[in-house]
Amino acid sequence: MTTPTPPGAHLPEHPDHLWTTAEPRKSYDVVIVGGGGHGLATAHYLAKNHGITNVAVLEKGWLAGGNMARNTTLIRSNYLWDESAGIYEHALRLWEGLEDDLGYPILFSQRGVLNLAHTEQDVRDSMRRVEANKLNGIDAEWLGPDEVAKVCPIVNVSADIRYPVQGATFQPRAGIAKHDYVAWGFARRADEAGIDIIEHCEVTGFATDGDRVTGVRTTRGDIAAGTVALCAAGHTSVLLDMLGVPAPLQSHPLQALVSELLEPVHPTIVMSNAVHVYVSQAHKGELVMGAGVDAPVGYGQRGAFHVIERQMAAAVELFPVFARAHLLRSWAGIVDVTPDASPIVGATPYDNVFLNCGWGTGGFKATPGLGWAFADTVAHGRPHPLVAPFGLDRFVTGALVDEHGAAAVAH
Amino acid sequence: MQLISCPWCGPREEVEFSYGGQAAVAYPEHPAALTDEQWARFVFFRDNPKGPFAERWVHAAGCRRWFTAVRDTRTHRFVSPSEVTS
Repeated sequence: MTTPTPPGAHLPEHPDHLWTTAEPRKSYDVVIVGGGGHGLATAHYLAKNHGITNVAVLEKGWLAGGNMARNTTLIRSNYLWDESAGIYEHALRLWEGLEDDLGYPILFSQRGVLNLAHTEQDVRDSMRRVEANKLNGIDAEWLGPDEVAKVCPIVNVSADIRYPVQGATFQPRAGIAKHDYVAWGFARRADEAGIDIIEHCEVTGFATDGDRVTGVRTTRGDIAAGTVALCAAGHTSVLLDMLGVPAPLQSHPLQALVSELLEPVHPTIVMSNAVHVYVSQAHKGELVMGAGVDAPVGYGQRGAFHVIERQMAAAVELFPVFARAHLLRSWAGIVDVTPDASPIVGATPYDNVFLNCGWGTGGFKATPGLGWAFADTVAHGRPHPLVAPFGLDRFVTGALVDEHGAAAVAH
Repeated sequence: MQLISCPWCGPREEVEFSYGGQAAVAYPEHPAALTDEQWARFVFFRDNPKGPFAERWVHAAGCRRWFTAVRDTRTHRFVSPSEVTS
């Protein structure tokens, strides 16, 4: 009798050294507020692409302990509009080479994503999105219910469920990665380049001089800054309120959960906009599922049980095989949602403060692409072309980038 | 489940309610006189405080009436009795 391999046995060992615990210095060329995926990726590309290393990443808690530890690790680029295709596809191409760039395993597994359609309108919208993706050079195809069952045999494609599966879009290059390893890989590279990663350092205010910010006040003292880059996700409004800069953000809890470790049963990623659930199976074997946002504004990193209950009902109907799985744990992250479900990246009324927020329910997939473009924005003091359509001014001009359909999470 | 106090019906489970966002966002008095910037503020911009927040709720599965309540967004705790406002 052979001993079964324990789940996770094939995962790489943790390395001896990740990053150095830095003490804040008096002054930096660039201060990045927020030590999550976006902040760390921005730091990495500032060093790698622009040679800027006199940089501090300030994190109020522990490194990558906010949304970077709470997302469902899905990576895809099948958004509708050209502007979104630009940034998300740029990110996906970087994901495809990220392990080599970081010299660190991130377990990027391109297992594809199915976005299910359950109504005639879903079908029309999905086909339109497939065609739009193809025009932007993004891999996308439309699958009928039988083809959906071939890609993912455990999806219930029978006609006798409440919202029968009418088909799905499929992006084969989509995938999952191990979010902690991604953060650690970026942090390790940034640290090697000489960037200070400072944990437990909360920004409590800004020192300003006219149209410029001269530094940040923190729980570990004042730090002068040449340029400030905000990467604070759900807490961005707290920082912007200190600066007196209004932004159309609402922070909501977004919940996710995992089952206990199971044998591999789920070969791909399945998302369903209409019944509000998205599911993949992690490398170790947990089923990872996400819900829609809780409706009220909330900063409490916990959500309401009825949201999860509804999500589980949808999951069990779509995947009858899940009925006997057990919920291991659930949690919430605080996501900053914008009116058009697209991010806000670029300039602020302060000459040397740059904003990166509003990624809402979908920031993880953008991590390398955003870091690459935001570092360029910070280095040159103007929006990189890939993020230029996502400026705060679009809410005045009306040039919104409405991605409520492709964002795929109810909000 | 969290209980929300309806001013007419008393404490009820939160699934009976729908959320209406920030309270006291008045329609502009002179809409034709607004600049694009002012319209953007009215249409898209809402407060997003970490702390007490005055919000609109509707008792959708009950009396179907609207009210205003102050809730702490950190704890989800309602910090003041609900007020009957139009």
